[in-house]
Amino acid sequence: MNAASDVTFAQVAATLGLVALAVLVSLWQRMRLERGIAVAVARSFIQLTAVGFVIQLVFDGDSLLLVVALIAAMALFGAFTARRRAPTVPRAFVPLLVALALAGTATLVLLVVLGVFRPEPRYLVPLGGMVIGNSMTAAAVALSRLGDEVTASRREIEAALALGATATQAARPLVRRSLRSGVIPLIDSTKTTGVIFFPGIMVGLLVAGAAPLDAVRLQLIILYMLLGSVSIASVTAVVLAQRSFFTSSHQLREPASPPAAARG
Amino acid sequence: MLFELHRVSASRGGKEVLREVSLTLPEGASCVAGDSGSGKSTLLRLLNRLADPDAGTIAYGGRALGSMAVLDLRREVALVPQLPALLPGTVAENVAFGPGLIGREVEVGSLLELAGLPAAFAGREADRLSVGEQQRVMLARALALEPRVLLLDEPTSALDARARDRVEETLVDLRRRLGLSLVLVTHDLAQAERLADRVVRLESGRVVEADGDRRDAAQPAGAE
Repeated sequence: MNAASDVTFAQVAATLGLVALAVLVSLWQRMRLERGIAVAVARSFIQLTAVGFVIQLVFDGDSLLLVVALIAAMALFGAFTARRRAPTVPRAFVPLLVALALAGTATLVLLVVLGVFRPEPRYLVPLGGMVIGNSMTAAAVALSRLGDEVTASRREIEAALALGATATQAARPLVRRSLRSGVIPLIDSTKTTGVIFFPGIMVGLLVAGAAPLDAVRLQLIILYMLLGSVSIASVTAVVLAQRSFFTSSHQLREPASPPAAARG
Repeated sequence: MLFELHRVSASRGGKEVLREVSLTLPEGASCVAGDSGSGKSTLLRLLNRLADPDAGTIAYGGRALGSMAVLDLRREVALVPQLPALLPGTVAENVAFGPGLIGREVEVGSLLELAGLPAAFAGREADRLSVGEQQRVMLARALALEPRVLLLDEPTSALDARARDRVEETLVDLRRRLGLSLVLVTHDLAQAERLADRVVRLESGRVVEADGDRRDAAQPAGAE
């Protein structure tokens, strides 16, 4: 195999041998994850193939409107997914949707304005996907932490409110801790990149035949871009969502029970 | 009249805990007594609007509670919650927290002394204090707001008898020196009678007994 474009379905099928190993481990250790692994493999195949066709259509259409529509759809789907990961946060969908849309838009616009990439679908679509995906994970972690913090710190919050703090002032320490938990994983992986692991973009480029230093430069752009977008997404989601824990009279709402689907 | 409640109902955790409560709390020291679950803490939370009633009206100084700016109300009617409710950080940070929100500086040492603690406590970490000390820091923290009314939620329930007596002495002293009105919630009827001019007893969210003005009987020693 000399280049990424030469990869055949037969080669993809061959890697199922490694999946079979995972299934064997699950059976051996009675992890009962075989079904989960099978679903993950089937879904990844169907979803990635489908998105491959969609991206091909967007590339062929060569229209920025199509790019915007695709990124909007990703933000929508991302917000739905992330909402399920933060069941203790009431009405989390809108903050997440705004966070992902803002992170995606701001990051891509900045990359174009700074002259890093040209405003063409072949750059914007894959980068947009990475931005939305990473932002979704970070925002979901931050919101989930926020929900846990509010549950655990009700006395602390109400003590601050009773002393004349606004809802924003009372929630500030929790917001700070939640934001840190959203952004720290990416900072950690950025710190260890190249030492403990090779990130995906770089591996892809090297496998596709790119010169190592070219691969490194692109990977650095991606890492720095993600640090920005993940921060925007986390801060937007947390700042918007923290309001839902309070009434307009700066009262901490009674805890809502999580949706039935999230409890199990 | 300090507070007037008219047919107030309120719920907590989806359960109705106050049922059509009507009562008046005059200036001075009032006490709401009752067992656990009687609704007394919920009633206190309504008075500085940490929560709002489901039905009924509450007036403070003749004005509807809802018509006042809520943050101003909370500074004027300061709540000393149940333990543990100190914020992370030092004693000084806790005491200066409320005034700091509106850009006001306070003399932490003198506030601590007012609440019965040495000024040297200012630098201590809040999570390393005994419960009695925590209670006094919460008192100093509320006093830093320069309130007109102190709402005290079971201020001595976590204390032994000696520490309880000392906190009670401090409350009587504060009332005398600062002219504060107190609304105290307790399960201890004897304490209610020691400290209050007026005692209201709650049971299962209803007023079962509201005695008359006991001002003469309960006037603290040394007060005019």
